[in-house]
Amino acid sequence: MASSEPRAPLDAEARYRRRQARIGGLVLAALVLAPLAIRDPYWQNVLILTVMYAGLAQAWNILGGYCGQISLGQALFFGIGGYVATVLDASAGVPTLLGLVPAGIAAALASLLVGWPCFRMSGHYYAIATLVVAQIGYLLFLNWDAVGGASGIFIPYVAESWPHLQFRSSKLPYYYAFLALAAIVWLASYALENSRWGFSWRAIKDDPIAAESVGVRIFRAKLVAAAASAFFTGIIGAVYAQFVAFIDPDSVLSGQLSILITLPAVLGGVGTLWGPALGAAILIPLSEATRSYVGGSGSGLDLIVYGALVMVVAVAKPQGLVGLVPALQRHAAAARVRREAARAA
Amino acid sequence: MLLELDRVTRRFVGLVANDAVSFAVAEGEILGLIGPNGAGKTTLFNLISGMLKPSSGRIRFAGEDVTELGAAACARRGIARTFQVVRNFETMTVLENVMVGAFNRLPASAAAKAAALEILDFTGLGARRDALASALTPPEKRRLEVARALATGPKLLLLDEVLTGLTPTEAQAGVELVRAIRRRGVTILMVEHVMEVVMPLVDRAVVLDLGRVIAEGKPADIVRNETVIAAYLGERYRRRVEAGA
Repeated sequence: MASSEPRAPLDAEARYRRRQARIGGLVLAALVLAPLAIRDPYWQNVLILTVMYAGLAQAWNILGGYCGQISLGQALFFGIGGYVATVLDASAGVPTLLGLVPAGIAAALASLLVGWPCFRMSGHYYAIATLVVAQIGYLLFLNWDAVGGASGIFIPYVAESWPHLQFRSSKLPYYYAFLALAAIVWLASYALENSRWGFSWRAIKDDPIAAESVGVRIFRAKLVAAAASAFFTGIIGAVYAQFVAFIDPDSVLSGQLSILITLPAVLGGVGTLWGPALGAAILIPLSEATRSYVGGSGSGLDLIVYGALVMVVAVAKPQGLVGLVPALQRHAAAARVRREAARAA
Repeated sequence: MLLELDRVTRRFVGLVANDAVSFAVAEGEILGLIGPNGAGKTTLFNLISGMLKPSSGRIRFAGEDVTELGAAACARRGIARTFQVVRNFETMTVLENVMVGAFNRLPASAAAKAAALEILDFTGLGARRDALASALTPPEKRRLEVARALATGPKLLLLDEVLTGLTPTEAQAGVELVRAIRRRGVTILMVEHVMEVVMPLVDRAVVLDLGRVIAEGKPADIVRNETVIAAYLGERYRRRVEAGA
């Protein structure tokens, strides 16, 4: 008789990772098919923005969520990515698909420049610095005539083309481009979570002194997280410029954009694998709906709804909406034990 | 000598926390560092582990001058420590805490996890592996700190009052753990207050008072040393030792 090797039971962590991979596959499959169900161009546009913000928030989460270094100036990296790809295309004829790489690298380099003086200090210096530097970047581009200054750059339509990421007959290719990017950032987060980097980042967030005492090089770890976060943000910014066929400081470098990138992660759950996507899936359709049904743009009502929602979650579920779904939590087993203990007490 | 301190001095504004401290720790030794509150024991730990730089003096570890190295660099060379006030990664599980330590020498996740699990078994925390560090009892929290430090693969382990504040039973278990750690080939330098616990455990002791080394030697000699009794132990302790001896 053939003896079968008894398979070792999966431990909590392996179960968590296998479940997330499965959920990730299902969500991706559903999103790939979603345009079949959502055919209205308006709602397709909402879908496009939702996956774009999901990717942006997921990228923010690498540094802000896992490592606890809050960036309030993500628009800077988004805008730099957009400008680099657009200018490369306009002045040197580099197809945007190729321009994505320099766009991401330029954004990553910018993040290293911001992080270099800040990451040796603890506290909120980085958050304040990103806020200020992003505003400087906005003003710089506003007055930089070589890249269009305040009037921006129109991206002329040449032909339907994947290399140039130009699509006019349907906006759906942009949906798949943003979806692919969001999936890549999610996968990167999934891989990083379980890597030495991910552990280092979470340790730094919990207790930097203890982290250093076990060999974590804090400065370097923060720079790596910042560069990874900005790299993905810059690439998404480059695709966005093609999506709207126009780039100017107000559309890609504004402070409001920085906040919109941050909020989905805060709402969904900072430092969690699913928080950013979950937050974007709720916030973006909600804000688009309030904007179109309740009043024209400019009323700001959508932002009031945003703010109220974030406040409610911050008070009722500080760990974010992911806290409502045990299947998405890394420490679901520990949380269950804690809940039972609380009930018994 | 694994660790050598040569006239290590650390000044703070208006205060000399360590004043020309010199002593050495041999490989495989358990050395106790004792002295009254404010003697400069924790400052000395911070200097050895790279969290502070000395104002003057040199620190050599395993033949290398580590005086100017930071904490992470010291950890990589094999100096691990615990903290007087426990510092764990509270939002991470016991296993994850120890894995952070294991990543110090093992870059791959699977290897770090295997090493961490071995350390958890060794330190008796295996059953608590999936609990959050914040949910542990105080003695478990101390044990977790030791486990995390041990997972870095140290040559030298600095223990800062790990046996303080424990019940006698817990303290005895702690003593057994320290002995077992030494049997793994790890040299130990420990700060401790509870004389009854620490004196039978250590091979030698160094006594600090007001930042200076006032005595160094075997436990039996230290407890009879007049300077030590006057500065730290007190007459009552001497009578108790002599009554017991």
